[in-house]
Amino acid sequence: MRRSTLDPYEDRYARRVFGMRSSVMRDLMAITQRPEVISLAGGLPNTGAFDREVLASLLEEISRTDGARALQYGPTEGIRGVIDVIVDVMRTEGMDPDPANIIVTTGGQQVLDLFARTFLDPGDVVIAEGPTYPGVVPCFDAVQADVRHVPLDEDGLNPDLVEELIDDLAREGLRPKYLYTIPTFQNPGGCTTTLERRIRLVELAHERDLIILEDNPYSLLRYEGEPVPTLRSLDQHERVAYLGTFSKIFSPGVRVGWIEAPRPILARINLMKQAADLCSSTFMQLLVTSFFTAEDGAMWKRWVSDLNVIYRERRDAMVEAIDEFFPSEVEYTVPQGGLFLWATLPAAIDTTDLLARALEKNVAFVPGAGAYLDGNGGSSMRLNYSAMESDRIREGIRRIGETANEALDLARTLGLDGER
Amino acid sequence: MRVAVLCGGRSHERTVSLRSGARVEQALLHLGHEPVLVDTEENVEQLLRDGGFDVAFIALHGRGEEDGGIQALLGALGIPYTGSRSTPCAAAYDKARAKRLLVAANVPTPRFVTFSEGSIEEQGAMGALAEARETIGYPLVVKPARSGSSLGTRFVEDEEAMPRALLGAMSYDVHVVVETHVSGRELAVTLLGGGDSEVRVLPAVEIVPRNADWFDYESRYAHGETEFTCPPEGFPPAVLDRVAEVALAAYETLDCSGFGRVDMIIDDAGDPWVLEVATAPGLTETSLVPLACEAAGIALPRLVELLLADALAQSVAD
Repeated sequence: MRRSTLDPYEDRYARRVFGMRSSVMRDLMAITQRPEVISLAGGLPNTGAFDREVLASLLEEISRTDGARALQYGPTEGIRGVIDVIVDVMRTEGMDPDPANIIVTTGGQQVLDLFARTFLDPGDVVIAEGPTYPGVVPCFDAVQADVRHVPLDEDGLNPDLVEELIDDLAREGLRPKYLYTIPTFQNPGGCTTTLERRIRLVELAHERDLIILEDNPYSLLRYEGEPVPTLRSLDQHERVAYLGTFSKIFSPGVRVGWIEAPRPILARINLMKQAADLCSSTFMQLLVTSFFTAEDGAMWKRWVSDLNVIYRERRDAMVEAIDEFFPSEVEYTVPQGGLFLWATLPAAIDTTDLLARALEKNVAFVPGAGAYLDGNGGSSMRLNYSAMESDRIREGIRRIGETANEALDLARTLGLDGER
Repeated sequence: MRVAVLCGGRSHERTVSLRSGARVEQALLHLGHEPVLVDTEENVEQLLRDGGFDVAFIALHGRGEEDGGIQALLGALGIPYTGSRSTPCAAAYDKARAKRLLVAANVPTPRFVTFSEGSIEEQGAMGALAEARETIGYPLVVKPARSGSSLGTRFVEDEEAMPRALLGAMSYDVHVVVETHVSGRELAVTLLGGGDSEVRVLPAVEIVPRNADWFDYESRYAHGETEFTCPPEGFPPAVLDRVAEVALAAYETLDCSGFGRVDMIIDDAGDPWVLEVATAPGLTETSLVPLACEAAGIALPRLVELLLADALAQSVAD
């Protein structure tokens, strides 16, 4: 007689691992790597356009002049050079941080993980946007958090809805540990929270004693419209912790991001980071430092502005193709920057199932359900336009549109409402 | 022997297949053979033609991979291969066809009807819903006719949920099977042999989902989501005998050989109902066949060895 879960170590795992599931979506996504598949599913910045000679000379210089340090451990909070660069980048975005309030992390993703582990016990409430960044979902799952979504609209996150949720939670005897938001070019929603709403959000945080984790990977990738001040820059009461990253303005491969936060929070994060990885890669921090100080900072700004020209053209190609090929009932965001747009089809369409159909036509996207922890988002999809050239984007959108129209026809035949 | 381990491919279950293939490769190395992983994603004919293989081990799952096509190709190239021949594979893979054969042979399988996009357009949604209601009744199960594992399978409690379930299943195949939901305990029975050799029925594995009351795609492949008991506890011996008898009948009805897995539900009265027959069951670390084999004292390398010997014997018979 034998009882088995086919995993001999099963009875020894921590409870939290059972909340982390593999998914249909992940297995379907595995096929999107095939070369003939046009994948609008990725979130990859365009690293192909980066000058290899520049990269080689930066690496060579580090190896020759700073090789021993590059190969060595560094301080947990990060090396001084890259912290100075971070201060510069944040100043470019209208903030004026104290260098002592910064910890360099292994990508922005590590901030999401460390923050969740620092603040959330099992069952603790965290507020996230709906849809939220799919990459934060495993961080919340791993700590068994109770995630409550606040739906986004075209003006981003609505502070009135946040306040309502806080009131509702209070009636349940609950208090949110923090609010997680990407106010600018939200991933996956594509929307940007307006200035008026930002001002109110920061006020609300002060009034209701709410901590905000502001995740800001994309705002320098603006190719249209005026920059909107970050929540951090509006914060007078130490309510906002700020997450930044070099992934989108330089390279995701270097895995260098940071958190800038009130001192007491930072001390806790520092301890968590010591447990996680002692310090982020010294070599990669030196590489970031070299690139961002080259030509007195002119080089990276030129690179970002080159990227923005490319991304803008690709966004336009995608928007034009959606108008031409998608069912007329589709609603979508037209982002003024960033890498993604978010499209919503009539409610009858389940985009996870639609992905199975789309893969038959060798095209892929991210189904919306992955951006929610409450089962919503089923008829939406995230579409990435940064990673491939405009004619491929157009062909990909044509195929998804064809797939969606076929599914919608069948839905109507089945008597399902074609409304949103 | 130089063994082509066919895995990967283009189906939705590519990831699972690669995991099966890797396990088989390990077992072959352990046995002192020379395994070569052949991803059937492209150029498979060329790879097989030029590979100088003595035998092929098929570890493919899912649409376009499990439907007998690769067996036909191997047959044409004269390369012996593991498992069932081409025609049984095609029959088992199409749930509608398999169920028709089972019904004709008086093997118990839940009552069913089939729909396709075309038939629904023809009779209209109201007609299809009426047919499902009158012939099957709720609750029922909607499945794509041809899809591995349980991708696209939906448990439907009432008519209101039916159109979405049909639409979902039709995302995976244009043909769908709608069958009576039989509530009870789920067993999977592994069988070895067939063709000219005697069939051996291994102990059944009971599948008990940990959380959901539905054994879905996610729990099937995720560690720790499902509990398996082998042999199952608490069944009277007569029921287990009947289970083995029905599994054997299903396996033989479809003319399977090499190895296979028969999935069934045992209803509250103790009667088994065949849900499906898999001719290319998974061999991953969370798959049922290796578990049943272990319970029968057959470790994975031994299973691989048996299947290779069977492949060579079947090839002579062909």
